Amino acid sequence: MFEKIKTHTVAPERAATSEGNFYTKERNTIGPGMNERIQKLRKISVETEPSLSIERALHETEFYKENYGKFSTPVMRALNFLNHCQKKTIYLGEHELIVAERGPKPKSVPTFPELTCHSVEDFHVLNTREMQRYTISQSDIDLYEKKVIPYWQGKTMRERIFSHVPHEWKAAYEAGLFTEFMEQRAPGHTSLDGKIYHKGMLDFKNEIANKMARLDYLNDPEATDKAEQWKAMDISCDAVIVFAERHAALAENLASETNDLKRKAELNDIAKICRRIPAYAPENFWEAIQMYWFVHLGTITELNGWDAMNPGHFDQHLAPFYEKEIAEGTLTRDKAKELLSCFWIKVNNHPAPPKVGITASESGTYNDFTNINIGGLKSDGSDGTSDVSYIMLEVIEELHILQPGNSVHISAKTPDKFLHAATKVIRQGHGYPSVFNPDIYILELMRQGKSLNDAREGGCSGCIEVGAFGKEAYLLTGYLNVPKILEITLNNGINPITGKIVGIKTGDPKNFTTFSDLYDAFFKQLHYIVDQKMRVSNYIDRMFAKYAPAPFLSVVIEDCIQKGKDYYNGGPRYNTSYIQCCGLGTVTDSLSALKKHVFENKTIGLEKFLNAVLKNFEGEEVLRQTIINRTPFFGNDDDYADTIAVQVYNDLVAIIDGQPNIKPDGKYHLNMLSTTCHVYFGKVMGATPNGRLAGKSISDGTSPSHGADTNGPSAVVKSLTKLDHVKSGGTLLNQRFLPGLMRKEEDIKKLGNLIRSYFTLGGHHIQFNVVDTATLHAAQACPEDYKDLLVRMAGYSDYFNDMNADLQQEIIERTENDTF
Amino acid sequence: MLESLIFDIKRYAINDGPGIRIVVFFKGCNLQCAWCHNPESISGSKEKMYSPVKCIRCGSCVEACPENALAFTDDGLVTNKDLCVLCGKCAEVCPTKAMEMSGKSRSVGEIMEIIEKERVFFDQSGGGVTFSGGEPLLHTKILFEILDECGKKGIHRAIDTAGNVKTETLLEAAKRTDLFLYDLKMMDSDLHFEWTKVKNEKILHNLEVLSTAGAKIIIRIPLIAGVNDTDENLSKTAKFISELEGERKEVHLLPYHNIALNKYLKLGKENLLDAFKAPGNETLANAIMKFSEFGIKATVGG
Repeated sequence: MFEKIKTHTVAPERAATSEGNFYTKERNTIGPGMNERIQKLRKISVETEPSLSIERALHETEFYKENYGKFSTPVMRALNFLNHCQKKTIYLGEHELIVAERGPKPKSVPTFPELTCHSVEDFHVLNTREMQRYTISQSDIDLYEKKVIPYWQGKTMRERIFSHVPHEWKAAYEAGLFTEFMEQRAPGHTSLDGKIYHKGMLDFKNEIANKMARLDYLNDPEATDKAEQWKAMDISCDAVIVFAERHAALAENLASETNDLKRKAELNDIAKICRRIPAYAPENFWEAIQMYWFVHLGTITELNGWDAMNPGHFDQHLAPFYEKEIAEGTLTRDKAKELLSCFWIKVNNHPAPPKVGITASESGTYNDFTNINIGGLKSDGSDGTSDVSYIMLEVIEELHILQPGNSVHISAKTPDKFLHAATKVIRQGHGYPSVFNPDIYILELMRQGKSLNDAREGGCSGCIEVGAFGKEAYLLTGYLNVPKILEITLNNGINPITGKIVGIKTGDPKNFTTFSDLYDAFFKQLHYIVDQKMRVSNYIDRMFAKYAPAPFLSVVIEDCIQKGKDYYNGGPRYNTSYIQCCGLGTVTDSLSALKKHVFENKTIGLEKFLNAVLKNFEGEEVLRQTIINRTPFFGNDDDYADTIAVQVYNDLVAIIDGQPNIKPDGKYHLNMLSTTCHVYFGKVMGATPNGRLAGKSISDGTSPSHGADTNGPSAVVKSLTKLDHVKSGGTLLNQRFLPGLMRKEEDIKKLGNLIRSYFTLGGHHIQFNVVDTATLHAAQACPEDYKDLLVRMAGYSDYFNDMNADLQQEIIERTENDTF
Repeated sequence: MLESLIFDIKRYAINDGPGIRIVVFFKGCNLQCAWCHNPESISGSKEKMYSPVKCIRCGSCVEACPENALAFTDDGLVTNKDLCVLCGKCAEVCPTKAMEMSGKSRSVGEIMEIIEKERVFFDQSGGGVTFSGGEPLLHTKILFEILDECGKKGIHRAIDTAGNVKTETLLEAAKRTDLFLYDLKMMDSDLHFEWTKVKNEKILHNLEVLSTAGAKIIIRIPLIAGVNDTDENLSKTAKFISELEGERKEVHLLPYHNIALNKYLKLGKENLLDAFKAPGNETLANAIMKFSEFGIKATVGG
């Protein structure tokens, strides 16, 4: 009964519309893409429905049953990884140039029962839900129930974590005051620097052997732990080499079987590459891409870290190979583009592993947040753009697929030509690339203590968060629902939705006589909630260090080999924990409304105001409309509201930034990311004093509340830059542009000017949705016809049709910056 | 203090001159173009604009009106124009901004403060401020002061004018303006009168004088199907422009649109827009060709 396969009617390929929204379809093609190979690979990638593979779980369970207790934890993890690499079904598709999949075939996702074990019910939900469906057969569910679930019951990281959390934390967590990332997946958000283009796995093994040879068992109390960690790293290098060699063998087999001479040659090339890579450092463009891909797969097979893995400044890493080969005549621009297209499609073949404990209505995303950084600065401070950067923009424009995410990095040194090329892609309305400002994030990283070189080699991964690529563990610990903290402040620590106490008692609001009374209470509440969150995040952090190390990831992150410590255990050069603060717009506008109407104009008493909020403004439409239309809101370049935003932001920094995360020199920092969490956070809240009704989503990132910005994008930019972005690890500004605002070449240049202006003033990130409401309504009415409609929101792109009704509604409501 | 009635200040304006601009709209015009897309710009006095869609019938305005000029009837909210003194109390209390006053008195200082907020965008894009309306040159006292202030601060200044003012005024403005966006509607003076209630001799003469004086000018032509898109008018216009002295003029064709319909409804004005049609792509292409025949580059949009 679960075998039903949805038959997709193929969406009509539409010509570029007058809105400039969609790609130009070339005649006689299967779909977009530079040539038939790419078109075919893309078609498979886009049309294959995501499925779940239980193979990894079966291998792992069997291995654990047989070997548990025989080895140290890191070695056990590494051997488990090796075992899977030796046995897993491998895939080499027709037409492919870049090879290997995490699952047995494209879009097939393994599970990670050691972290979180899906229940039979989870599988049924995943198999049948309308949004983000993952198919799985009944026989696989039966097998999982028989073999996998019984073994892992009570042993998963998730269960162990939840069995230890304090009551206060649980109360706040259940109220939706924050989320905890690490209860579903392992800490991740990792990006690489350039080392894997100079060193192969054998080089890493050599480094490890040298370290092992010098172990000082007489004086170093950690010698045994280090030895186990190094052994594990060494084994995991072997695992990836074995994995590659199996692909080489498969390619050789296929080559011997095919009569197509062209394909035979390609397969032989693939085999040759997989015999060398990743054991040795890559020597050409093709090998360099395959090298990254094997490392990428290794890290996401070993464990299930948040946000997959990122290649970092991929164009900068590939440029030397490209330039050398172009000069030598062994590579053409088209070939390079074809290889990059193959890589792009590979990433798209890997949907995010689904969560556990899900409900049918809850939706996630297929996006696993690999984010390719394009442009920016080199580590010597010079402009990082190259031909490869422009080729990547072309690939993005032509393929318009969900993954990988991509971003352009526009420093003051970045040529206008590149910015213009990027804004032209933005105009296509695919929702990307998003735009980042290296001049500011380098300062952010240096403020956090990174060296100049490491900061310059850093960038943004996942959505908007900064890190020193290849040298830092920057773990996102979860989202903080800042408006909800105001909500409980206005209810003296009680969650008005449940009546339960979830915060601390900060005083009956009836007794607040000034705005600063109210704000002080909010500040105390904020402090308490953040404190609760940090305690448990630190605890989970240690759990991973002890029980779920990531030896392969540790090989490729700087200083882990050097220190003999795991990625999760302070091995990296830098160790950051982020808390992502949501809803700055909502909380600012709410405070502004209270300040203006209650404490200044005194047109309404606080008690009456709060009662109206509690009853979701029922029968109080005049009050609600007055608030909405007569309150200075964030995003209008109005100092009244913007000052409040700055105060809230600075206080978040004061409370979170610099707190120790119990790793050596490790610190907490904040960023202002919300992804889609602002929708969930809105659902757990009643109405807010800014006139927002109960259940509606809160504002995303550092964007103004939906519809609150009525003075156009330049005013938004001015408001946003009153915050000192350097004090964060990333802010997020979504701007929705109707196509009408960028019809002409001149308009697109002006969009570039707007970006430059924002960055001159110190903005960290901006992204644009170029769509029109009519298109979105049409997409809701007839989803089948709009399968390719990509929408960027809150730090990532997703297919409009894959979003639930709430998110779709949000996209539609977002302020339209149309000017006639 | 010197003040003028301003009905809008629009930021991130990308269609009214070079770069990213801010546009200051002065209230009051001495033309009455039948197709005007800013009908609230014509009257030099404050006006009430009422949007029934936004009205939640709370009655706050009726209660607030000191003249008892407002009442709810079966037809919705009605204003007794004999009683209304345009004091604006109704708009002040309206929770949804269904009732709004068009026109706000603003001083040089206030206007400058808003202009300067956009500084970074001017710098990055080669933009600046555009004074539009209405007819900004009906507000010379305040306008010249602002123009001089902008000049001191190095902010690029453009004036969007219909040119129906004293020649001296225009020349005086030219001393403190970097660019004129000069509107031309049509060449036949009688037709011009029919459609705008004004003859065009002065407008054409002023354009010649301004051109001779060496001012930088972009000519803007609202293109309305069936009104001024005839080959005859286009050729005459092109010929006239081609014969102007000074550097060769750029022409921006602004196709008519009926987006202003809602504004007419809000003002309670008779809606004439139904009579007009937007020019089709063929018409636009034809117009561009007609201008090119006279060596003039015409583009669509500002």
